[in-house]
Formats: sequence, structure tokens, C-alpha cells
Amino acid sequence: MFDDFFNVVKLRFNGSDEDEKPSFKCPRCQSSVPVDKYEELYRVCPNCNYHGRLSAAERIAITVDKDSFSELDPEMKSGDPIEFPDYQEKQQELRSATGLNDAVVTGTATIKGIEAAIGVMDSHYMMASMGSVVGEKITRLFEYASEKGLPVILFTASGGARMQEGIVSLMQMAKTSGAVKLHSDKGGLYITVLTDPTTGGVTASFASLGDIIIAEPKVLIGFAGRRVIESTMKQRLPEDFQLAEFMQEKGFVDMIVERKRMRATLGHILALHGCSGKES
Amino acid sequence: MDEKKTAWERLKLVHTKGRPTINDYIPLIFSDFYEMHGDRSFGDDKAVIGGIASLDGTPVTVIAQVKGRDIDENKACNFAMPLPEGYRKALRLARQAEKFHRPVICFIDTPGAYAGVAAEERGQGEAIARNIAEFMTLRTPIISIVLGEGGSGGALALGVCDELAMLENAQYSVISPRGFASILWKDAEREEEACNIMKITAEDMVRLGVAETIIEEPLGGAHNDLDKISENIKEYLLHKIPEKCKKDIDVLLKERYTKFRKIGEFTE
Repeated sequence: MFDDFFNVVKLRFNGSDEDEKPSFKCPRCQSSVPVDKYEELYRVCPNCNYHGRLSAAERIAITVDKDSFSELDPEMKSGDPIEFPDYQEKQQELRSATGLNDAVVTGTATIKGIEAAIGVMDSHYMMASMGSVVGEKITRLFEYASEKGLPVILFTASGGARMQEGIVSLMQMAKTSGAVKLHSDKGGLYITVLTDPTTGGVTASFASLGDIIIAEPKVLIGFAGRRVIESTMKQRLPEDFQLAEFMQEKGFVDMIVERKRMRATLGHILALHGCSGKES
Repeated sequence: MDEKKTAWERLKLVHTKGRPTINDYIPLIFSDFYEMHGDRSFGDDKAVIGGIASLDGTPVTVIAQVKGRDIDENKACNFAMPLPEGYRKALRLARQAEKFHRPVICFIDTPGAYAGVAAEERGQGEAIARNIAEFMTLRTPIISIVLGEGGSGGALALGVCDELAMLENAQYSVISPRGFASILWKDAEREEEACNIMKITAEDMVRLGVAETIIEEPLGGAHNDLDKISENIKEYLLHKIPEKCKKDIDVLLKERYTKFRKIGEFTE
């Protein structure tokens, strides 16, 4: 499945015009980077260090021990709680295009030999908005981790609540945050890794509740959208507004960790919390 | 009850000038209300008020979002759009209630949490998330009532509760209909259409398992008879608070978690 996925993503990135050498335009520094160079750097901008978006499969591949990932609830698909026009059709198209059933992949894996429950949100699926499936899978992941005494690591990314599921999507904030709280009250470790972009209802729920909150460099983190704020305040906002570095300065991010150091950092933090290697 | 109104007509009612606000209700529902100010960290947000009061002899903690009744009041309370310190004040008062075994009554009436530079700098997302998580395990009964608008995470920050009641014309939504139209269709002018398909009425909330009770409004809306609507809210609370207080707290917490745990529609 992961191999197929890489191809889908590569195709999308490379586009269809084979004559022109494709390039990636960095959303932070606006510089043009040849796609093959950008890919080689695991989608990090060589000019400004912006950490670009990965698919869930790619993130898992560069984070966990080889072949250690075991997925939970892979078949879960969203219903249509407010009978929103064309919602199911749109999802069907996205499923074919991305190989995903919804915007989060959850499971267990080992990192440097230490077992953890892991969830990765994928912005290629409806901007990783949170509806019933994201809410349920994350809640189950915490419940599973609590029961098994595992730490939880979540790589967050989201445009916020999924509008097409109306109030039901808002309630996923309560459901997931409640599960985080119960896991925490039992002494469970929860590490959040904020990736680009983490906003809206996800910021206002489980993404902000980690015992340790890590962010990748230059990623967008916020509650309200930049355009919404600019139109309310009628003023231009500074370039670094709501970036990881800004949020750390304001006291909401513990550390900013580069992608190439993420796996080692997570491994060390898990070990420092007494999490032990997988028994087998 | 007038069941024939569309969601849009109800939204118009909620926005009617003269729609009662928490400041109208408090003296008619409670006695001896003492307001408590500040989050003990940054400041005092006027969009959220809170304090202790007596509900027919039972000490309770009241936390509410404040809409203004005129432009001056609205400026003072920032049009009921709380800042992070408002949510943190709410949490402080909720914890105080827990310590002194007082039930908490939350009144929701906001278009949404404030979207602005100050709110982002002080962690609007974190403040809302913290309230949601902490209210889920707060060891005292919590009843929430949506008075008019319950907009997005800004409403949910006072909405994790043992039971949610909606005034008959009140609405609860993931985002305002205007915001919904603007995000999904890039056209805020399609507000009415959005409002009517979003499923945001009191009846929708009961059907979707979000709310348990609808509190009847006087004919034509709450503004037509303030005494009557206050009486209806008070009667609901006098019935509901003892019922929740009687429950074993661990059972109550399990039920509170389950209430939210089961919301969602999926197949596997």
C-alpha cells in the first residue's frame, strides 16, 4: 500500500508536463526549488528550512522502525450525518486519488525499538479536517494506548473541523480531548508533533494537549485563519505570525525539531519516560 | 412551541434586538449573584462572566458568555467573542466549584471565540482545548444551556457537560452560517442557504445526540416575555440540578464521557 501511495504523491508533485522540469514554490520564502531536490531533502526548503507536507505513509516510513507499523481501523469510512450535498461523492473521489479512507492513519509501531501508539494526519485528504472518522480513530487510539500502557505520538495537521459534518464534527473535539484527558489521568505519555498546517478545531482540541509539544520548523500553527484575522483587524499581519517559531516565542511549543532529527528525538524522549522496548 | 420556523427564521429571531441576554436572566433565575473577575494570569475578559449564586437555596457556580444589549455593552463585551483569558477564567471558576462541591451552570451565547492577534498570541486554541479536556473530568455536575448562538469551539469551551439544553430558537453550529458559506462556497452572501442545510436548530441537536432538552420560548420568541422564559429556564434547572447532584460522581463522569464518545457516524 505504501509503495502505491508514494507513486500517487510523486505523480501529483511532478505534474503531467514532462518537458518542463517541475519545481516547488516554497510557501514561506517563495523561492523555487527543483522538485527532485525538494524530495531528496524530505520536502524541506533548502533556503528557509520550511518543513513541507508529507503524506501519512511517508511520515510513517521516515519515523518508525522498518516494518514495525501495524495499522488500526484501516477500513473506517465516514457517514453523512447532516446529509451534506455531494459529500459522499467527494470522499469517494478522494479515496481513489489518495489511497486513504479518511484524513488520519493510526496504529502501533516501534521507534528505536520502543513501542508506541501513533497517529498521523494527512493534509492531502480534505486538508485533514476532523469529522467522525478522525475523531473516532484518534479516540480509539488513546483508549487502546491507555489499556496497553503505551505512549501516544500524534503528528497533527488540519484545516480544522470538517464543515460537511456540521455539529458532529465539532463534537469530535470533545470526544478526542476527553480521551486524551483519560489517558493522561492514567499517567500515559502523549507527545504532539505539530506539522504544517495545524489549525482550527484540531488546535483547539487534542493538538494543544500534549505533555510535550514539538513542532517542525516554519509550520503554520493557529486557531483562527490568517485571512479571517486580517479581515477582522483590517491590518496586514507580520510574516512570521502563527509560525512554529512565533508560537514557541509565545509559550505554546516546547521545542522545534527538524525532520531529520525527529526520529532520534522521539526515541530519546520515549526512553527518558521509561518507555521500554517491545517484548517479543 | 412553533415548529414551523426554518433555521434561518430562527437565526433572525436570535439576532432580534431585545433578545434577552445573560444579564437579563441572572436576576430572574438566581439570587445573591456575586461576580468573580479575572483568570489570575493575564486579565479579566468581559465576554465571559462568572460567579457564585443561589438557585432557590442551592449554591451554584454560573459561567456565561455575555452579549450586549446595545452598542456600548457590545463594545465592552467584545460582541460575546471571548479571549483566551475568558476561557481561563471559566476554568478557574469551574475548578473552584469542584472544590466546594457546587454544580456548574454554563450559559452559551457566542458567535465564536475571538479571532485576532491578541487571541492567537495568548493561545486561543490551547485555552479552548484545556477547557474541553478539564470539563470532561470535572468532579461536579455541569449543565450547559445555549441561549442564542452557540458558535464553534468558542461555544464548546463551555459546552462539555452532563446535559445540554437549547432554548427553542437557539442554534449550535460548527461555524456561523456566514463563515460556512464563505469557507465552502467562497460566498458569504449564501448565508441563508447555509443556515438551512447545516442542521443547527434545537431539534437537530436533540436528534444528533448533542442536546437532551429544548426549553420552550414564549410565542414569537424569548424577547416577548422575559419573565416567562426565565421561569422556564429556572424550572428546568430546578428539576435537573438535583437529579445530577444525586448521582454518584464516578457514574456521572462515565456518562458525561459516553455522551460525547458516541457522537459520530461511520462505517467499518
